[in-house]
Amino acid sequence: MDIPHTVEARPDTGLYNAKVGIWLFLASEVMLFGALFSSYILLRVGAEAWPHGLLSVPIGTFNTVVLITSSITVVLAWASLKLGDLSRFKLYQGCTVLLALTFVAVKSFEYRDKFTHYYVRLQDGTELNGHLAGNPLNWTAANLADTNRVGASITFHPDAAGGEGEGAHGGHAEPIELTAANVAKLESWGPWRSTYLAIYFTLTGLHALHVIGGALVIAYLWGPGSRMWRSDPERFTNRVEVCGLFWHFVDLVWIFLFPVLYLL
Amino acid sequence: MTATTHPGSTATAHAAGGHAPHAGPTGFLWKYVFSTDHKVIGIQYGLTALVFLLLGYGLMALMRWQLAYPGQPIPVFGELLLRALGPDMADRGIMTPDLYNSFGAMHGTIMVFLAVVPLAFGAFGNYVVPLQIGAPDMAFPKINMASYWCYFAGGVVMLVSFFIPGGAAKSGWTSYSPLATVADLAHRFDGQTFWLMGMVLLITSSLLGSVNFIATIIQLRAKGMGWLRLPFFVWAQFVTAFLLLLAFPPLEAAGIMQLMDNLLGTSFFLPTGLVVSGRPLDVSGGGSPLLWQHLFWFLGHPEVYVLILPAMGIVAEVLANNTRKPLFGYKSLVYSALAIGFLSFIVWAHHMYLTGMGTKISTFFQTTTMMISIPSVIILTALFISLWGGSIRFNTPMLFALAFLPMFGIGGLTGLPLGFSATDIQLHDTYYVIGHFHYVVAPGTIFALFAGIYYWFPKATGRMMNEYWGRVHFVLSFIFMNLVFLPMFVQGLEGMSRRRDDGGATYAAGEGVYGLSLALKLNVGISHAAWLLGVAQVPFMINLFWSLWRGPKVVSDNPWQATTLEWATPTPPPHGNFTHRPVVYRGPYDYSLPGSPTDYAPQNLPA
Repeated sequence: MDIPHTVEARPDTGLYNAKVGIWLFLASEVMLFGALFSSYILLRVGAEAWPHGLLSVPIGTFNTVVLITSSITVVLAWASLKLGDLSRFKLYQGCTVLLALTFVAVKSFEYRDKFTHYYVRLQDGTELNGHLAGNPLNWTAANLADTNRVGASITFHPDAAGGEGEGAHGGHAEPIELTAANVAKLESWGPWRSTYLAIYFTLTGLHALHVIGGALVIAYLWGPGSRMWRSDPERFTNRVEVCGLFWHFVDLVWIFLFPVLYLL
Repeated sequence: MTATTHPGSTATAHAAGGHAPHAGPTGFLWKYVFSTDHKVIGIQYGLTALVFLLLGYGLMALMRWQLAYPGQPIPVFGELLLRALGPDMADRGIMTPDLYNSFGAMHGTIMVFLAVVPLAFGAFGNYVVPLQIGAPDMAFPKINMASYWCYFAGGVVMLVSFFIPGGAAKSGWTSYSPLATVADLAHRFDGQTFWLMGMVLLITSSLLGSVNFIATIIQLRAKGMGWLRLPFFVWAQFVTAFLLLLAFPPLEAAGIMQLMDNLLGTSFFLPTGLVVSGRPLDVSGGGSPLLWQHLFWFLGHPEVYVLILPAMGIVAEVLANNTRKPLFGYKSLVYSALAIGFLSFIVWAHHMYLTGMGTKISTFFQTTTMMISIPSVIILTALFISLWGGSIRFNTPMLFALAFLPMFGIGGLTGLPLGFSATDIQLHDTYYVIGHFHYVVAPGTIFALFAGIYYWFPKATGRMMNEYWGRVHFVLSFIFMNLVFLPMFVQGLEGMSRRRDDGGATYAAGEGVYGLSLALKLNVGISHAAWLLGVAQVPFMINLFWSLWRGPKVVSDNPWQATTLEWATPTPPPHGNFTHRPVVYRGPYDYSLPGSPTDYAPQNLPA
């Protein structure tokens, strides 16, 4: 016996199975991200100070526009299938995949920026934030010791004063040479730096995994998966609709993430 | 009627004949290992969960030696532990405090996440729910298979963690931070990391399962199977699936954050100024240990109802069948199950009265906790009243189902003093708590699961289990369960902590001073009862496998003369379940209808 309602809707619920499934899955996703947002609130309420301005608002705005656009193309792609036009579907859904890739590329640029930004505490207790010469990725005091061993030191350029920095004179402070001997602690602005960065990386990392997962499914349905259009067009359209629903959810999460992490 | 085929024969999956386009897969691997058939997956879940149940028992049996005879080498098994885990864990066959903590944490984890829930939800839910609603399979058979294999992988990760350097997780099944992060700083990938990765797999499994269950119950009910014609067991599984769907993700979020604390050095749950072994921990700080507890118990409490609701469902089925009369207050049962499901999301912080979260919050959660006891009592009362005036058949499933009622009653009522924030101050973290929740889960849920195994075994295999040895299993289990758990209330009232690896010996007062004098003596008795409880399971294990091949064959597809749809299938049900699409004409418990020629009217019998 075949499983009923895999394609055609059940009359009393008006839904086919996969649509019930995806809505339930999204309900569970709401609880997942809801718990992380609640954690954000609890951590922030309990924090002595909460950093501002660590992220670039223009870049975040750009990514927001990218994702919203992709939500539009995903609907247009589904609507094209409803109108029986596979080539328009391919055009729109191709745009969706490209937009998703753009989002991930911009996001990884933002991540790199954090892992090349350093906090350093010198042996005399001075605390500084800034960049290392050559922008190495995610160094610690151990990398510094290795550099010293081959007889080199590394130049540290402290940030401009005014923002997170301590100095009041404006402009870049004088560069200093770092050695294993005068550095007590060196770490990049990864998730370990503060609870703000911890929740930032967790929320955006999990969201990025959702973007990548969604993009993979959409790309599959754009490419090899679209063969089903010839054998079972209705079922194929349903598949596109269901992954579109997921995509809207991913978009919606970002609509919450952007103000919470970039603006507030 | 359809012939009752041999369970091992290759004809099983094709017993319904060649009418179906999906005649079922052939080949051992695809039919029994990577099967998408809900019945095979149910049995896979069941057998795996029973193995974990035995393993969870084994950990406890070893811990009971340490509690009864602290510091003495464990006979026979001590040598095995030494060889398997090394002298760091079992020096000269003596259980070290670290090993005790590991076994304690893993006993809880295995029993809850790998044994009882997979058995109650994964096994019985998978096998019975599609049959009872008249569906050919689950809505998403491939996702169903993925659910089982995620569970299996999670179990393997948990098992492997015993053998890694530093041993398995040792911070309790609740994994409270910051203890869970700093318990084993010597190892980067420690037992806790494995625990968290295993949990992510188990949560994925339960997510896939719960989506599938809910979609199946909503979409695949047979013609005429209205919501209030669903057997109570289906309702119980339906609510359970919602609890799993919505309560587990916050734990997944918490698990991700604790994993980051452990591996990447974040401070989600690590407060500022944390000092470990006399040295300040080099982390950013600013995190909140309470946050972990909130997220954990947001799952943890609904999980209690995940453990108990399917058990109530099984008991309801067995009671109705063996009293030969309709359940008392079917609608009250359904609405109570829904009320429990809703309320279980707003009671979690009653596990946290002693964290200093504030009296106002305690009062709120105390109120909701008292409220949730109301639907629980309604269900238990309705089940009790269902017995009234019945002509009861005392077979093995019925004995276990009957025993469930007072056992769950004791478990539930002893929970009330824990739910009041004032009395909880005395009882918190004592053996009273252990006694309370074990009465709910062990003689409660596990008895119901045994009832379910004896009850549905003939449908799944086409053979009956041995009645005499079933009764022996019941009587011995009933006696030893109570001898194990009843004295724990006394120990708890004496103030015995649930976490001591020496059973509280270090706290015992001197001669003539009131202290743990009685509790320490009871430790020895409880341990012997616990080991005998294990012996009492031997008849069951032999019975289960003996009956599979040698049990008397069922002569009818409906040996218990039951009303629900699973008995309207061939025995055992073939791939696709029903020979023709069933139509439902009546409610689930039409027993002893006046003027009817038989004392039962199956749901598919035209009215």
